[in-house]
Amino acid sequence: MSGSSTRGRLSALLLVAPLFLFLAAFFVWPLVMMISVSVTDGTVRQVMPATAEVIGDWDGTGLPPPEVQQALIADLRAPSEQMAFGDAVRRLNSEVSGFRTLLSRTASAVRDAPAGQPVDLAAVDPRWGEGRYWQALQRAMPNYTDRNLLAAVDLKRDTEGSITADASANRVIMLRTFTIAALVTVLCALIGLPYAMIAAAATGWVRNVMLLAVLLPLWTSLLVRTASWVILLQNEGLINKALIAIGIVDQPLQLIFNRTGVVIAMTHVLLPFMVLPIYSVLLGIPRNLMPAASSLGANRLRAFWHVLLPMALPGVASGALLVFMVALGYYITPALVGGAEDQMISSVIAFFATGTANWGMAGALGLILLVTTTALYLVYGRLSRSPNMVGA
Amino acid sequence: MSASSPALRAGQIVFGAAVVFFLVAPIIAILPLAFNSSVFLNYPMESVSSRWFVELQTSDTWRRAILNSLIIGCGATALSTVIGTLAALGLRHARLPFANLLRVMFLLPMVVPAVVLGVGMQILYTRLGLASTYLGVIVAHAVLCVPFVIVSVSASLGGIDGSIERAASSLGANPATVFRRITLPLALPGVVSGAVFAFATSLDEVVITLFVAGPNQRTLARQMFASIRENVSPTIAAAAFLLIIGTLCLAGLAGLLRWRQSRLAKAVADGA
Repeated sequence: MSGSSTRGRLSALLLVAPLFLFLAAFFVWPLVMMISVSVTDGTVRQVMPATAEVIGDWDGTGLPPPEVQQALIADLRAPSEQMAFGDAVRRLNSEVSGFRTLLSRTASAVRDAPAGQPVDLAAVDPRWGEGRYWQALQRAMPNYTDRNLLAAVDLKRDTEGSITADASANRVIMLRTFTIAALVTVLCALIGLPYAMIAAAATGWVRNVMLLAVLLPLWTSLLVRTASWVILLQNEGLINKALIAIGIVDQPLQLIFNRTGVVIAMTHVLLPFMVLPIYSVLLGIPRNLMPAASSLGANRLRAFWHVLLPMALPGVASGALLVFMVALGYYITPALVGGAEDQMISSVIAFFATGTANWGMAGALGLILLVTTTALYLVYGRLSRSPNMVGA
Repeated sequence: MSASSPALRAGQIVFGAAVVFFLVAPIIAILPLAFNSSVFLNYPMESVSSRWFVELQTSDTWRRAILNSLIIGCGATALSTVIGTLAALGLRHARLPFANLLRVMFLLPMVVPAVVLGVGMQILYTRLGLASTYLGVIVAHAVLCVPFVIVSVSASLGGIDGSIERAASSLGANPATVFRRITLPLALPGVVSGAVFAFATSLDEVVITLFVAGPNQRTLARQMFASIRENVSPTIAAAAFLLIIGTLCLAGLAGLLRWRQSRLAKAVADGA
């Protein structure tokens, strides 16, 4: 018997192994790689390997010892790839401006000098006599860096290495992402809770129609739904035409390429995620509870407030978490329905990755989004305790 | 109280109808525009015409995009269904160590934001030389499809009465025969509906495709995304029409399978 159970366990492991390896290679590894790209910085190290080796021992005061200077000369003499060298120069220039001219002048002077003879760097350019250029070189050498992570939250290290504010828009965009996601979540709850209550109280075809109306959008392609909203919300779209025909407005309202459009379209897309958890919680509530409350003298409002609402709250909470979590990472809907001022963190990540190939920044912002989403998912798992979603 | 009841009831009906309208109307609104003869993607319709479907078939970019979607969708479906079904069978085993942890890992691709996974995959693919290849896109889509296969197959496996399998072995069937003659036929509806979900997921995927596909692997969804962004042409409505009809057929198929499965399970239970 124990032999067959060992064999059973082994065959179970063999069955699970292909998917495990597949996801390890193409799901976990990409995420690990993204994180590691955001905290490593090999651009300068790669083109100046000799300098990297010796400059770490320098204590950072005054000028570095002669062997560091000789190592730098050796590195500049060695032929390096044009693009990698350009990257390194750009990286150093972002530490101390002026590095670009300094390095190009030094490099050509070093290459012109006869091989084997020592070069006096301070004679080539007096800036090599200043400590701050050497300090910048030293700061740019380590393999691991927090500059992308700091830049993702609008911070940077100054020349002394302490953390200071940096001028960029990432915090604004994160705040905007949270605001839009929260607004969509609140709207979904305000519409979804009463809707789920009506659906749970209804019977027969009414309930079926109400449920089908929730499932149909869930089944329809996200792109199709977004395309529909583009058509409906445009200035000559059906909504504006209807509003003008009724006489509510004289000229078309601007509904698309702004916040209104993004919130309307995202609420439509995410509403099913709110309705379904609330509905399933409500189904578990005994039907005679409300009549019992009113027979004890509670009016409808009191019965709703003290009996039904508290029991529906777990459904609202897990629906709200689900909507918020999905909304945080939204890309397609803001990209198509929103304007420049409505782009969320995903758009910025996509811009860094595909637009400027700045994978370090894309990775750092991606890490923030990943950590936030995972944390929300863990809370959601605790809350909903559905075996399918968390496996607990 | 008796006075407020009809008013409340009327309010409920109005609210419910309004939300149903909000949910369904936008999806229906795009459908007629696929047959509009005007070059503007807007109402009122000029006259009925099938020119945009012809455009969909004859235009090189759109035809290629449809073909790519079918190739990549079939590849991702096959890959995710095979390894997902195997894993679901393994997860069913009571003595599998770390079963809960593995299940969470298998479902995570559904949770991680697509853009985050896209960045990671782009970095990985550039190093592996998989960027802008069909294989790369198929693998990336399969990662996203796997959770749907796991959920669907696990649900149908959970519905199998273990005593039937034990009865078969006690009657002398070896494990392979039990699997082939009992477990697999009973789990098949779950496998097929998992495959349907997988195909629908791949068909609708845009974000990861944006990161890992080259111009040669442009899918229908990717092409629609680009054309909504750049030039809003009624071809989008025709493509949307095809997608809606396609997914409705797939949803109908999945529903039919679930119905058949519940009938099958009931018949087996009644017979036992």
